[in-house]
Amino acid sequence: MTIGSVPLRYKVTIDPERCMECGRCIENCPYGTFRKEGDRIIVAVSRNCTACHRCIAMCPRDAISVVERPVDYRSHPLWTPEAREAIYNQARTGKIILAGMGNALPLPSIFDRLLLDACQVTNPSIDPLREPMELRTYLGKKPSKLAFRRTETGDVELETKIAPNLMIETPIMIGHMSYGAISLNAQLALARAVHETGTFMGTGEGGMHPDLHPYQDRLIVQVASGRFGVDIDYLNRGAAIEIKIGQGAKPGIGGHLPGEKVGPDVSRTRMIPEGSDAISPAPHHDIYSIEDLAQLVRSLKEATGWRKPVFVKIAAVHNVAAIAAGIARSGADAVVVDGFRGGTGAAPKVFRDHVGIPIEAAISAVDQKLRDQGVRNEVSVIASGGLRNAADVTKAIALGADAVYIGTAALVAMGCRVCGTCYRGLCPWGIATQRPDLVARLDPVLEGEHVANLIHAWTMEISELMGAAGINAIESLRGNRDRLRGYMLDEGLLQVLDVRTVGA
Amino acid sequence: MATHIDAAGVHYTPLNQQVRTAVAAGETEIVLDHVLGQRFIADGLVGEVTITVNGVPGGDLGMFMRGPTVVVHGNAEHAPGNTMEAGTIVIHGSAGDAVAHSMRGGKVFVRDDIGYRGGIHMKAYHEKRPYLVVGGDARSFLGEHMAGGTILLLRLNATGSFAERGLASGIHGGEVFIRGEVDDRCLAVGAVRMPFEEEDRARIRPLVEEYCRYFGADVGAILAGEYTRIGPESTRPFAGKYTWE
Repeated sequence: MTIGSVPLRYKVTIDPERCMECGRCIENCPYGTFRKEGDRIIVAVSRNCTACHRCIAMCPRDAISVVERPVDYRSHPLWTPEAREAIYNQARTGKIILAGMGNALPLPSIFDRLLLDACQVTNPSIDPLREPMELRTYLGKKPSKLAFRRTETGDVELETKIAPNLMIETPIMIGHMSYGAISLNAQLALARAVHETGTFMGTGEGGMHPDLHPYQDRLIVQVASGRFGVDIDYLNRGAAIEIKIGQGAKPGIGGHLPGEKVGPDVSRTRMIPEGSDAISPAPHHDIYSIEDLAQLVRSLKEATGWRKPVFVKIAAVHNVAAIAAGIARSGADAVVVDGFRGGTGAAPKVFRDHVGIPIEAAISAVDQKLRDQGVRNEVSVIASGGLRNAADVTKAIALGADAVYIGTAALVAMGCRVCGTCYRGLCPWGIATQRPDLVARLDPVLEGEHVANLIHAWTMEISELMGAAGINAIESLRGNRDRLRGYMLDEGLLQVLDVRTVGA
Repeated sequence: MATHIDAAGVHYTPLNQQVRTAVAAGETEIVLDHVLGQRFIADGLVGEVTITVNGVPGGDLGMFMRGPTVVVHGNAEHAPGNTMEAGTIVIHGSAGDAVAHSMRGGKVFVRDDIGYRGGIHMKAYHEKRPYLVVGGDARSFLGEHMAGGTILLLRLNATGSFAERGLASGIHGGEVFIRGEVDDRCLAVGAVRMPFEEEDRARIRPLVEEYCRYFGADVGAILAGEYTRIGPESTRPFAGKYTWE
């Protein structure tokens, strides 16, 4: 047997009755699935299809359909088709399997087993149409107490020095996706959206392209282990600085942008030669301890005149709470916790699917630990990793987060179909690609509106959910686990989440 | 007339503020006396100024720095020249670990020894090229993940060949010159020996001359020795590591 000849992943068909041979499918598919043959369009290589749906979206006659796994394997509960195909792949190549997007195993979602509360009869619910709902959030250190002083004229002045905070009008921010991982047009669309909605986005570890400078007040600049694109101007431009220690999709390992994606513009922004791999080592090699982390936090603050909050992002791993407690003492202003469902352009499949823990448990454990140690005010907590809707955001805040980062959701708002083929660099939606003709497909103005619409819509839904629960300020929702009940969660997990079961 | 600042007992933030204020006022010569462990001196500092540090500075000396010259009369701690962009650091003594970490431009000269991870992840881009010149010896992981620039290790007082492990592991740009022999077992994944020709000797000559100018050694004697040159096997060390899902 030739072990390369696995069954088709997707079967593409064109309905000849509906097709009008316009050729849009051929033009739009960068994978070469379709071909013109005589005066007909045929599906030349169904095997090339990634189910990105670009052809389906562009077909004016709804003539194309895609079916996943048209060929059955002998069914087996353990030896799934995916398990068998991974073995065929590695038997053929002897290599590490590279995959895109978040965890693809059918593990149960904890968010889906947490249910929100609502008022009935007593303690009436609040109508957000009538009553103001306070969603404004400040990210950064809060003083444990305030000191005041009376001036000679009798006025009262604040004596306590307040650390710089970021003010957001919605608890939803957009996480770090670098220029290189995504296109400039995709970054511009996100930048327009955060500008419009009064929130922030991350630059990722790819530097800041000059076209983003007009939006720099809304950008959180990232400093990761490769230090790509990091110089004093970059640090001064950002509204805040984020040290990336880890990422939920691939905890414990570094990253590398393959040389073929390092074209002239990416090269300039990252400040590395064209065509060279951009390698971010697994650790920061100037951080081998929590004391070293504190040194980098302070170095970044010192370099920027103590004017900017510094965040530290970690992947949600087994001891996340203790690690976050260390970060809270490092001088950092916020800790970002990225759960095991976090997205990525490329990660080894074995890491994406098997390393890290769910964000729900991580946030609750971090919030609890910081409160137990009396340092919750020292850092804000930002949750990320697989948040799909306003309910997930609301539940994350009720579990103890101050705010969230979304990533995949914002890309889906721009057309992404979660095909998980980002690592090919041929994204037909112009998102995860640097090929100019593909990038040009993404209109930053239009897609910026779509992303802004999504943030507006979720923000409204959060207000409604809060109002229904009789809560009119997000401070009263934060860490308010009494507004959550666990549905079919085991007792151990309920304890970690500090949530009671339904009916209790 | 240089501006003298007494650093005795001063925290690094007010110390750096005094330096920044002087630079902003146009001062080009600053002398910091009684420096004792203050971190982040000249951190993110931009300008044409020479700062003389009398004493022992703390970690991350000249981090993110663009332009100044910092001369240390004493040893330096962890990571001088970290993510530095332009300028010169001259250390009349030894330095700790991660010297010139992720440095992308400028020069760092260390008269004596450095610790582990020297020049780790140094990188170059167009006219920006970092140089790390060390007169003494270096420990393991020298030039690891190096993506560009030049490391010159002179080993002036060393006997025997360089035997620290993990030399230039994952190097994918730039080059490391080591005076004398290097044990084969030191060369890590991705690092290869390259020929050392007369034109290479000519290329390192200005660095040796600059070293000797700062620290007073014999250019001819240092240059005359044999050198080992180490470079990357490929600019794409991980290109063959993965298969698509």
